[in-house]
Amino acid sequence: MELVYFLIEAAVKVVAVFSVLMLVVAYLTLAERKILGHIQVRYGPNRVGPFGLFQPIADGIKVFFKEEVIPAKADKPLFVIAPMISIVAALSLFAVIPFGDKIEIFGRTVTLTIADLDIGLLYIFGIASLGEYGIVLGGWSGYNKYGLIGALRAAAQMISYEVALGLSVMGVLMISGTLNLVEIVHKQAGGHWNVLYQPFAFIFYLVCALAEINRTPFDMPEADAELACGFNIEYSSMKFALFFMGEYAHLIAVCAIATTLFLGGWHGPFLPPSLSWIWFVVKTGILVYFCIWERGTFPRLRYDQIMKLGWKVLLPLALANIFFTGLIMVLV
Amino acid sequence: MIPGTLFYWIAFIFTALTAIFAAVMVITRRNPIHSAMFLILNFLCIAVLYLLLNSQFIAIIQVMVYAGAIMMLVIFVIMLLSVEEEKRTYKIRLSPAKVIGVLLVVILFAQLIYGVAQKVVPGEWGEFTPERIAQIGEIKAVGGLLFTRYLFPFEVASILLLVGIIGAVILSKKER
Repeated sequence: MELVYFLIEAAVKVVAVFSVLMLVVAYLTLAERKILGHIQVRYGPNRVGPFGLFQPIADGIKVFFKEEVIPAKADKPLFVIAPMISIVAALSLFAVIPFGDKIEIFGRTVTLTIADLDIGLLYIFGIASLGEYGIVLGGWSGYNKYGLIGALRAAAQMISYEVALGLSVMGVLMISGTLNLVEIVHKQAGGHWNVLYQPFAFIFYLVCALAEINRTPFDMPEADAELACGFNIEYSSMKFALFFMGEYAHLIAVCAIATTLFLGGWHGPFLPPSLSWIWFVVKTGILVYFCIWERGTFPRLRYDQIMKLGWKVLLPLALANIFFTGLIMVLV
Repeated sequence: MIPGTLFYWIAFIFTALTAIFAAVMVITRRNPIHSAMFLILNFLCIAVLYLLLNSQFIAIIQVMVYAGAIMMLVIFVIMLLSVEEEKRTYKIRLSPAKVIGVLLVVILFAQLIYGVAQKVVPGEWGEFTPERIAQIGEIKAVGGLLFTRYLFPFEVASILLLVGIIGAVILSKKER
């Protein structure tokens, strides 16, 4: 009987996280357009519904009914699979993220994590590295030279920044002594947020994460000006939308992971444990806002500058961060 | 996952068959990208087999290092060289390499079948039983051993990798 309850609980959690996430992704597109519009002193979408609030729904319907084109010389199976890989990987990241403290529902203690894995952080890196195939294959399979260049850039950039990303969270691991994300959050209770002990690691993580999700200062794979949208150039209709949903879901995931690792997860004052997930949502929201804000602020870097920044600046700095963290831990 | 249950066997047989299917597809596809994709599938199946053997850590490292990093490099190189599909050749020529290869495969396969048919696991139980590992945590166990008892081989392996990297850089560097 316990097993049945467990299965029902897991299924409910999966459905809840999935539906909330899809809704947030839809409205994140609107938020991004609105905020970018504000930064660039224009209105942004404001035609559909009050303040343009129904714009994501209109976009969804439009994209769903668009004609779908698959290029004649495309590699059809991979062309179809690529967007799926992209979004499945982005959604799978949420399986290990702890959204809040334990809560009581119908007399059962429920943890607000879908899967409380011992190797949670490694799972995230593993899934994230698989998700890159979506972009790389999507660019290659369309039989388009711009797509191919986008795919190659994506592969090179992601390999480079994955190294620095992994090293930047190593300091947190050394302090917490565990890879379990729930335990990492528990260790930050009482205001001992990791960002206070690892401020540089937090900055490295944010920079590398922006490069991992191909966001604006690092959006080489789809650089509109030179590659005409890069890897997704041949995609249309729902497949194009899937790439976009995957990208936004990945953005939220990256911010949620930053919240978990550096900003104390669900910990915060004023709220009872059963409502602690609100703090998690607020912190993640602030980081998401930061990602949109910087997109409106920074120009795109050149490709060689991105590579140089990754290998010659971020990697040595992340290594130095590990070294000094270890030194201080031994001395203190 | 408890060994011996029905679910365990279903999971094992399904994964094992998929792994074999993917391995056959790797060597029979003419498009190198397709081969690479099936190789990734094969690596993922092997990761699942590790999970069935109670070793989460090795499983996730298999996904990260092989399926993620190394195959990404392989695909990167294939795309960069834009390798065409292999031409189909209809002649079957017998060469010494093929004969030796087939012989070795037959011997290896016979050994495998013999080993499985024995039904005895050779070797002794180590000090790290599944219960003990569940108690201290798998990564702690692996990390503790790597940095105490096996520190020397571990460091030697890392120096070997470093030499490999430096060698690759020197070989690829053009003469001035």
